[in-house]
Amino acid sequence: MRDAEFLIEAMAVQLRELLARRGIGEPTLVGIHTGGVWVADRLRRRLDLATPLGKLDISFYRDDFSRIGVNPQVRPSELPFDVDDRHLVLVDDVLYTGRTIRAALNELFDYGRPASVLLAVLVDRGGRELPIEAHVAGSRLELPAGDHIRLTGPEPLQLLMQSAP
Amino acid sequence: MSASKVQLDRQGRLRHFLTVEGLSRRHLIEILDTAESLRGVAERRVKKLPTLHGKTVVNLFFEASTRTRTTFELAAKRLSADVITLNIAHSSTVKGETLLDTLQNIEAMQCDMFVVRHQQSGAAEFIARHVKPHIAVLNAGDGRHAHPTQGMLDAFTIRRHKPDFANLQVAIVGDILHSRVARSLIHALNILGVAEIRVVAPRTLLPAAVEGLGVRVFLDPREGLKDVDVVVMLRLQKERMEGALLPTEQEFFQRYGLTEERLALAKPDAIVMHPGPINRGVEIDSRVADGPRSVILEQVTNGIAVRMAIMSITLGNHARPDGEDA
Repeated sequence: MRDAEFLIEAMAVQLRELLARRGIGEPTLVGIHTGGVWVADRLRRRLDLATPLGKLDISFYRDDFSRIGVNPQVRPSELPFDVDDRHLVLVDDVLYTGRTIRAALNELFDYGRPASVLLAVLVDRGGRELPIEAHVAGSRLELPAGDHIRLTGPEPLQLLMQSAP
Repeated sequence: MSASKVQLDRQGRLRHFLTVEGLSRRHLIEILDTAESLRGVAERRVKKLPTLHGKTVVNLFFEASTRTRTTFELAAKRLSADVITLNIAHSSTVKGETLLDTLQNIEAMQCDMFVVRHQQSGAAEFIARHVKPHIAVLNAGDGRHAHPTQGMLDAFTIRRHKPDFANLQVAIVGDILHSRVARSLIHALNILGVAEIRVVAPRTLLPAAVEGLGVRVFLDPREGLKDVDVVVMLRLQKERMEGALLPTEQEFFQRYGLTEERLALAKPDAIVMHPGPINRGVEIDSRVADGPRSVILEQVTNGIAVRMAIMSITLGNHARPDGEDA
């Protein structure tokens, strides 16, 4: 079990630097339910952003509906701003196959046409199945396929790691 | 096996949606919560989700409908399904084709869901028993029996305004006898734990042993409407009236019609509902129907999200092979 706060600090440092380099003054964070929202909320406070926090539930955009059906714990997506021409930072807890991010991008574009989208994750664990990479990662690991990594929260935020038996 | 059993798979998940009766609180809460997540879709630039992309939904309407048919069509389209609507009252049955023949022909067109409205009670259940196992069947109203998606959209609308079901009093007023909407709503509200459900109607428009559904009966609206949080007016089903159940429409309005004076008996923040289509001046006064406490048009909007939820849940449960956990 690892405390996630120092990883969020690492994300904040990288993101601040990247935004300055790109000349983005007013980014808007969008967290992916559930862990990504917890991370985005903390990141937003550390960066002292005035823009509202977006929350995305990608359940209806998953590519495995025909295998597992609807997630019974689905929540409403909330983007309390106009997506058009906005610089968005998509935030998730763990980046693995890349399928969640693909679904999130598809959903975002049904709200409008953002000026740009960056991807910030707490942990990049490798194992990508799609051409998707994070701009910002609190930690980059290469975990074997059988290993599990999961964020628990919201208070405290902790990373649970479990090796394949 | 009853309709409430036919609609569940071996794990107790909804594979069809035929009746609210016999479902658990967990089933209903899942539908309401999923609908809540789907409600925002209508306010977005693209009012569409990819969830049922590649699925085909066939609306089989053996009985006329505008609102229900349209909202089912929109629900399927907003989930990216392909949808066709057959108004069978005017086509094959007239030519003498049996229900099963019609069914098999449409099945041969490789569809995934039937939405069925029929004048006969039990029609949707009959179809559910005879379709191929990959097809989900939704009941869009069968005779006097049930209209479960309407019951759920009414419960959804109530929950959005009055979420504290344990302290809620709901009055359902009018033609309870012919109303499948009333039956489905009464079952839904009882399962969801609503404190008191009242039915308010003349004796001739109440089914025998109506108390057995878990309601309090009031013949006098002055008592029945007193201090309720929700008033649900039912349409006077003129086309279903046989014999002299009613004196005249004017007299019905005089005794039971929802006027501003009568609504004043309910709680000051009570909401007014009606499944539509409304008969102005028969069961409801225009000033109430169009007034600030009416949520009648909101019910129509909510109907799309609730039907989207039920479509995605039932087809999703067909996706998972029986016996396999997600």
